[in-house]
Amino acid sequence: MTETDAGQAHPLDSPRFAGPVVHCQNLSVRYGKNWALNNVTAVFPAGAVGLLGPNGAGKSTLLKSLLGFLVPDKGSMKVIDMDVATQPLEIRERIGYMPESDSHIPGMNAVSFVAYCGQLSGLPATDAMQRAHEVLYYVGLGEARYRNIETYSTGMKQRIKLAQAIVHDPDLLFLDEPTNGMDPKGRDEMLELIHDLAHNKNVNLILSSHLLPDVEFTCDHVVVMDKGTVATYGPIDALKGTTGRVYELRIKGDEAQFISVLRGEGYEVHDSDEDVMRVFVPGVAGDNPKVLFDLAARERVQVRHVRPSVPTLEDVFARAVGDK
Amino acid sequence: MPIHDQGYRRYGGTRATIGQAWRVMTRAGIMSVISKRQFLGLMLFAWAPFVVRAVQIYVSATFQQASFLAPKGETFREFLDQQGAFVFFVTIYVGAGLIANDRRANALQLYLSKPMTSAEYIAGKLAILFLFLVSVTFLPAMMLLLTQALFAGSLTFISNNLYLLPAITLFSLAQVLLASTTMLALSSLSKSSRFVGVMFAGLFFFTTALFNALRGITGRTSFAWLSPTASLEQLGDVIFRLPPRYQLSPAIAGLTVLVLIAGSFYIMSRRVRGVEIVT
Repeated sequence: MTETDAGQAHPLDSPRFAGPVVHCQNLSVRYGKNWALNNVTAVFPAGAVGLLGPNGAGKSTLLKSLLGFLVPDKGSMKVIDMDVATQPLEIRERIGYMPESDSHIPGMNAVSFVAYCGQLSGLPATDAMQRAHEVLYYVGLGEARYRNIETYSTGMKQRIKLAQAIVHDPDLLFLDEPTNGMDPKGRDEMLELIHDLAHNKNVNLILSSHLLPDVEFTCDHVVVMDKGTVATYGPIDALKGTTGRVYELRIKGDEAQFISVLRGEGYEVHDSDEDVMRVFVPGVAGDNPKVLFDLAARERVQVRHVRPSVPTLEDVFARAVGDK
Repeated sequence: MPIHDQGYRRYGGTRATIGQAWRVMTRAGIMSVISKRQFLGLMLFAWAPFVVRAVQIYVSATFQQASFLAPKGETFREFLDQQGAFVFFVTIYVGAGLIANDRRANALQLYLSKPMTSAEYIAGKLAILFLFLVSVTFLPAMMLLLTQALFAGSLTFISNNLYLLPAITLFSLAQVLLASTTMLALSSLSKSSRFVGVMFAGLFFFTTALFNALRGITGRTSFAWLSPTASLEQLGDVIFRLPPRYQLSPAIAGLTVLVLIAGSFYIMSRRVRGVEIVT
């Protein structure tokens, strides 16, 4: 059966799922005495959604719960309008999962592996093989597709994990730290692939990452997690804030005192590397940092460096989870 | 530009209904094993006793002087006992890595992220080993029975020993299920197929040695339940209507085999998961 002479219609022939792809309601998951997820309520809209948070925030636990690998202690989940508790197989037929850890099926070359994964997802053998070749070219492994996966580099292993996740043309992709262990060039290419999937191939995806630039480049929405809870969520542009300005500021003087003064004035301040702080000044038009100079003069600290910037996802993240 | 735009299209073809994935696994597993020359050599060895027995049946059916070689009911029991050695080797060769290799390569999370349950995964893996073990036990034993009818030119032997059909089936099933479930359970406990092979052999030899030691000390064979092999032998005697060789109730022997099989399924159900939780 080829892709064009399909005989029997399948739900996936219909347009991709356009509603919210994931609903979590009061979701709690516990490992022993530790709550990995604590009363998480969130809605993931269609499109590319970043699941952002520091290590241990509960991102992977959330993905594994959505896949049905973990049974929550409390709460309910829906993926593509199907209940995870009652329809896990129907859900898994329509999703693709790229795990964080290095995973493959031993003893197979890339094309056999991807075709095998396609067959496991329900594709007929010939279609699975055809699509395996296609997706391997798509992820940039076309020339290496007959090599045993065990001989692949880390970057190639990341790509093959993506290939196996998309071979059956899923409606929703779960990507767990997809750029882990990749060199800068490979990382950029992987991010371009993910961006292309989300924005040109209309694949809904949830990208779990602790890397802000990855999420900012590939996603339109973000769910920020911290310590097993949702710290904030929404469209990235909206969360960055449209009115306000961010200034990078370095001072000479009592930095801690000055930060507390800034915070007392209602400004958000986040420490960054090398004594540079990022100060979010809401409602200031233009690039005039006069308000900061005035405060510095009042507090008798010397402004050594000030540079206007734009709010980034880093600011959203820092605002949501703090500077810890 | 790293993206080959022609490389990704929507899929509009058919899909198998949910619940078929285990067949894909089994087919792939079988193809992977039979592509190995070593294994084909092992299978040739495993079928050598069949050839010897077939020649024996042919000679007994053809030459009057060799009628003492004619098969009896217990011939088939002896044949299956002999095949026990090949069951051991095939189980280790095929079964040791079935789950252990997947655990080593973190493949369980890939399998279980597809539309398949852990029960299907276990069924798919079990079917691989089951089929190969059936091909060295049930299949040659049944073919031997058929060979007897062919060389004798009549079904008299089969009709006189009709119990052989269910006996061969039942004993082969017990042999195969015990070996395959035990091996898969052990395979699910480790990430090293070599270690699993050693564990399986250790279990086999240790329990047999323990039983023999107790037999030597006490002079009684009622401890046969300690050894899965001895329990199976006892069960086989009953199934083939032969005098039991140990002082052990056949019910206890059967129970031992059942407990081992059930225990193995329990271990597998605990170990085959998409995520390993360490608390």
